Amino acid sequence: MSIHVTRLTKEYGKQRAVNDASFTVREGEIVGFLGPNGAGKSTTMKIITGYLPPTKGSVTVNGKDVVADPMFVKRCTGYLGEHNPLYLDMYVHEYLGFVASIYGIPAARKKQRVDEMIGLCGLSVEQNKKIGMLSKGYRQRIGLAQALIHDPQVLVLDEPTSGLDPNQLVEIRKLIKAVSVNKTVLFSSHILQEIEALCDRVIVINQGIIVADDRLENLMRKGGRHLIVEFADDISEDMLLAADGVQGVTRLAPGKFRISAGLDQDIRPALVRFSAQHNLSLVELKQEENSLESVFSMLTRATDNAE
Amino acid sequence: MVQIFLKEINGFLDSLIGYAVVGVFLIVMGLLMWVFPETSVLDYGFADMETLFSLGPFVFIFLVPAITMRSFAEERKMGTLEWLLTKPITEGNIVMGKFLASTCLLIVALVPTLTYYYTLYQLGNPAGNIDTSGVIGSYLGLVLLGAVFCALGILASTLVANQIVSFMLAALLCFVFYSGFDSASLLFSDGNLSMGIKQMGLRYHFESMSRGLIDSRDLIYFFGLGSVLLLSAKTVLSSRSW
Repeated sequence: MSIHVTRLTKEYGKQRAVNDASFTVREGEIVGFLGPNGAGKSTTMKIITGYLPPTKGSVTVNGKDVVADPMFVKRCTGYLGEHNPLYLDMYVHEYLGFVASIYGIPAARKKQRVDEMIGLCGLSVEQNKKIGMLSKGYRQRIGLAQALIHDPQVLVLDEPTSGLDPNQLVEIRKLIKAVSVNKTVLFSSHILQEIEALCDRVIVINQGIIVADDRLENLMRKGGRHLIVEFADDISEDMLLAADGVQGVTRLAPGKFRISAGLDQDIRPALVRFSAQHNLSLVELKQEENSLESVFSMLTRATDNAE
Repeated sequence: MVQIFLKEINGFLDSLIGYAVVGVFLIVMGLLMWVFPETSVLDYGFADMETLFSLGPFVFIFLVPAITMRSFAEERKMGTLEWLLTKPITEGNIVMGKFLASTCLLIVALVPTLTYYYTLYQLGNPAGNIDTSGVIGSYLGLVLLGAVFCALGILASTLVANQIVSFMLAALLCFVFYSGFDSASLLFSDGNLSMGIKQMGLRYHFESMSRGLIDSRDLIYFFGLGSVLLLSAKTVLSSRSW
């Protein structure tokens, strides 16, 4: 079961929400779909799940086109939407039973399946309540339970952790990790730690355009290596640039600089030598953790500027 | 379709809507039939159910939109409609499930009024002096009329996201289809044209059935109109233009 998105374009009137996007999620892979708000993540996911028709291009799930064979795709896909819409006046059991019957799970197996989902998603304590009475964290669990009830091979999760408190966040993440074994998962978020924790591969989308599609390590490397260095006295940027291995310098404050360097080389010893040579007192030398944040902002800024 | 139907029926029973609809209908009809002197059968002195069948449709005009107003408007507002459309169920099945559930509720509201028939049957002089075939035709007409009203209400509910607007739109549509054409026909002096317009309305066909003669033309009209309305609702859902 894999998802192929080929040259997908979606226009709302004159506005282009997704612009010529192509990517693939292979069988068994967990792929993070990353982008700022309004980048086209949800639109892409709505097209994959057969809710919206594409303007141009095609999406296939396990080789079947979503437009030509929507029922097949809907049957083998579990979808948790952006706002996780639920019937608030239904009871947990009633709701999950309803979802099971929509997926055509026979009545004999329905109850057992609902109970399994309640166990799996940690809903046992709240199982006899109305959905409207539950907290956001539990509602999110129900959202996951309904997406999983027919044991789909493909999972499409649109910001499953948005609006949760830190504890719930960790629990839901754990749950997603647990249930996504042997499934093809496309998972959107704008929380970067989450993507780091869960995904093998990341697709970054900005303004409807795919700006990166790579393994996490490779993506992290793209940002290069950065250091913060501070001397007691101010010096000129050119002096620093002359030092061995320094590729770029930005002045942050008098005497304080941000230095970019090649990835393969640790230039800290060179910088210490440099300060000794020039009789400078080095007060700070720090290697910046190259976070997904910086890569992300680099990637998304690049397209913003191009616009 | 069955899943949606059952879910809707459960929804009616859980949310008091079902009880309110049946209760209000029976109270209003009961008062009109037996209590208020202007329309009461007891004051009228003839064993017929004309009151139920002439005023019932007007009660329906207010009651049916109340049943159907939330069907799609609420789902759309809550986002559950979008959710439902990502499930392996067709738009047509969703529309039919909701339509059948609303119609079913209306039939449930009508069933207790069969006691009126029994009462009048006994009150006739001699007992049994009542136009039974007329009553059967009228009941059938009332069910078909209610079903078409439901289809109108469902269509109105797919068109707008606000429940109250949906209610008003549905009530207006029901009124126009029931007596609007009838009234409009009076504007024309040309007999054929006037008759033609009259025949486009629901009332003409409902009254024709009330006479106890079940004419295929009336049945075709009710089923045809109902199908067109439900197909329109399905088309609105499929277009996702909202």
